[in-house]
Amino acid sequence: MDANDLKITLSGVSKRFGDRPVLDGVSLGVEPGETLAMIGPSGGGKSTLLRCINGLTSFDAGEIRVGPHRLAPDRGRGSNGATARAVRRLVGMIFQDFRLFPHLTALQNLIEAPVRVLRTPREEAVAQARQLLRRVGLGEYADAYPRQLSGGQQQRVAIARALAMSPRGLLCDEITSALDPELKGEVLSVLEGLKRDGITLMVVTHEIGFARRAADRVVVLDGGRIIEDGPPSQVIDRPRTPRTRQFLSQILG
Amino acid sequence: MDGPTFPTNAPRATVAARRRAVVLLLAISCAPGAAAAVPPPAEPDASPPGARATATAPPAPTAPLRWAADAEGGAPYIFKDPKNPEHNIGFEVDLVDALAKELGRPIEFVQYDYKSLVPGVLRRDFDFAMNGIEVTPDRRARLLFSRPYYVFRLQLVTRADDSRIDSLRGCKTERCVVGTLEDTAAERLLDKEGIAKKVYDSQVEPYRDLTLKRIDAVLMDLPIAIYYARPNPLLRFAGDPIERGYYAIAFRPGEEALAGSIDAALERLLRRGELRRIYARWGIWDEEQNELGNARVSDILAESRRQWTFDRYFPLLLNGAWLTIRLSVTSFLVAMAIGLLVALARLYGVAPLRWLAIGYVEFFRGIPVLLLLYFLYYGLADLSSSYGLEIFKLAPLTAAITGLGLNYAAYEAEIYRAGIGAIPIGQWEAAASLGMTAVPTFRRIILPQAIRIILPPMTSDFVALFKDTSIVSMIAVVELSKQYQILSKSSMKYLEIGLLTALLYLVMSVPLGALSRRLERRWGKGIL
Repeated sequence: MDANDLKITLSGVSKRFGDRPVLDGVSLGVEPGETLAMIGPSGGGKSTLLRCINGLTSFDAGEIRVGPHRLAPDRGRGSNGATARAVRRLVGMIFQDFRLFPHLTALQNLIEAPVRVLRTPREEAVAQARQLLRRVGLGEYADAYPRQLSGGQQQRVAIARALAMSPRGLLCDEITSALDPELKGEVLSVLEGLKRDGITLMVVTHEIGFARRAADRVVVLDGGRIIEDGPPSQVIDRPRTPRTRQFLSQILG
Repeated sequence: MDGPTFPTNAPRATVAARRRAVVLLLAISCAPGAAAAVPPPAEPDASPPGARATATAPPAPTAPLRWAADAEGGAPYIFKDPKNPEHNIGFEVDLVDALAKELGRPIEFVQYDYKSLVPGVLRRDFDFAMNGIEVTPDRRARLLFSRPYYVFRLQLVTRADDSRIDSLRGCKTERCVVGTLEDTAAERLLDKEGIAKKVYDSQVEPYRDLTLKRIDAVLMDLPIAIYYARPNPLLRFAGDPIERGYYAIAFRPGEEALAGSIDAALERLLRRGELRRIYARWGIWDEEQNELGNARVSDILAESRRQWTFDRYFPLLLNGAWLTIRLSVTSFLVAMAIGLLVALARLYGVAPLRWLAIGYVEFFRGIPVLLLLYFLYYGLADLSSSYGLEIFKLAPLTAAITGLGLNYAAYEAEIYRAGIGAIPIGQWEAAASLGMTAVPTFRRIILPQAIRIILPPMTSDFVALFKDTSIVSMIAVVELSKQYQILSKSSMKYLEIGLLTALLYLVMSVPLGALSRRLERRWGKGIL
């Protein structure tokens, strides 16, 4: 992978759903190649934050810079359209519920966007797709339809699909939450491989073990604010705020 | 005719008696009322042919006879008096008045839809029908006819500025399309001569279409031509009247006594010159009527039945079937295209577009397709003649395809909307996160998934449309059902041609079901 220079910067990003603040002046910088784990209680704004970064959700105040691109507050949908599309070429997104295209095989899921968006020649896209499927351990499943795959396999196809666009960053939105415990490992080890390749990762997760092992940095989001930010050894093992301690003790049992 | 003297009425009387007993049990306190609620057993009744000889006594002379006809646009036969719309006038009205005097019995008029006159007389809604009813083989098989009261001929009419045609033969060599009335001698003659025809079910429209240049000529009964074509300066009679047929009064079988007394009355009117005076008053007396004196409706008519052999009618049925296929496929393609646009406007359009789409669906779903067809074919043609906008003068097939297409588009739009709406928003987001824009996402990701949901209801709509095409016969398109009606009436081979027609429909619609299942499997891959 090419030297990664993708920097993601959020400055004072705020968003309300009705009168409920979801993001409350969040400022955050993510360095190129960094792996950032975001943890925190449900409804804390983690998913919304990721969705704002690639323009799937608009926000009310502040700004988000992704590489050279700047997303601004946007009331109507789509006035950020061109910028959002440019941002999406740099950062891919992976969802909790996989969202594979059910009418396409694994291979077709992978080549659709490169062929349509990047105008990659089909043979080239297919070769790249096969390689990516092998990389996530699914070389044998190129012609399988999503419903023929297990949840873990589907999520690995979804990661490969995002990688097919050669992004420099990946936004992972609770990508193991829908999986049985024995299937989480196969997905997380793919992520760890990506980290070694130097891709910028923003991972919303409840897997504290994974955060401790793989993350360079952990932030805790609660009530739309970042209440803790630091290396895993500090945030997970010696949390400063009572709210974080309470959350961690709940999640770790 | 007196019920009790009638062997066949015995069971009926028993039923009536039993019914009366039940009513009495139910309403002991008001026995007279209950008895009145029971139909009188002495009501005039149909008798089987064998019982004819016993049907002697005429009905009580004071009870009025009920005569049915259709006063709607039927000059010179019977039509509304423009000076007094409560009143009907026409040569048949005058004839009925004369008959009433002759019989010494009042005759009451019953307004009845022309096409339903035959079933109406069979189900005893009235005593007889007289409304320019032509004696045809199939009617003779089901009805009892009086002696003819008028000998009609057929008159070919063309446009005054069209000098090509002066005879039926000219129509053939000039490859004309000739308008005529459904199920008449004129239509059968056109079929026999192998002349292209367009069939109507009212006597006004053919002449309208002729002036609109939709057809080249019209062949109908002379009295109609005298009233509707002769006064029109744009039209002219082409050649002399041709052929010959009879109008007679229709009774239900078994009414021989009534028919006999009316026959006698007609005979007397004829002898005294009363008939001639009536016809002359209406300008429809001609030499042909001299034949009324010796004419009996003969079995010449049965001849036409023998002529309708399989190799004659089957090609005509196939023609109808082919037109049905073309009509349904084209209309449905139109419906699919418009339906998709409407559904997209409703799902993704800006507010005014969305309202338009909703309006479209509500409007076209809410009006009968028949009304739409009439409007497209006749209503728009009016516009074209008033303002010289030739483009609005739709050909029958164009009007049919447009009407069915616009109507079904409303249903397809709703099916598409439901199908597309059922695809989770997450699919849009996944495609967006891969950098795909809206149009390719819709085309490559959303629509293929929605098609699987859309396909089954869409297929049944297509089958429904396929059968609904029969409605377009109302605007002079002869598709399969219409062809069946025409052929079966002309040949009386109802069963034989009916089964063949049903078979043709099945041969066409069953593969549709199979095709739909195959498509579903193909498009359904990967989706549960």
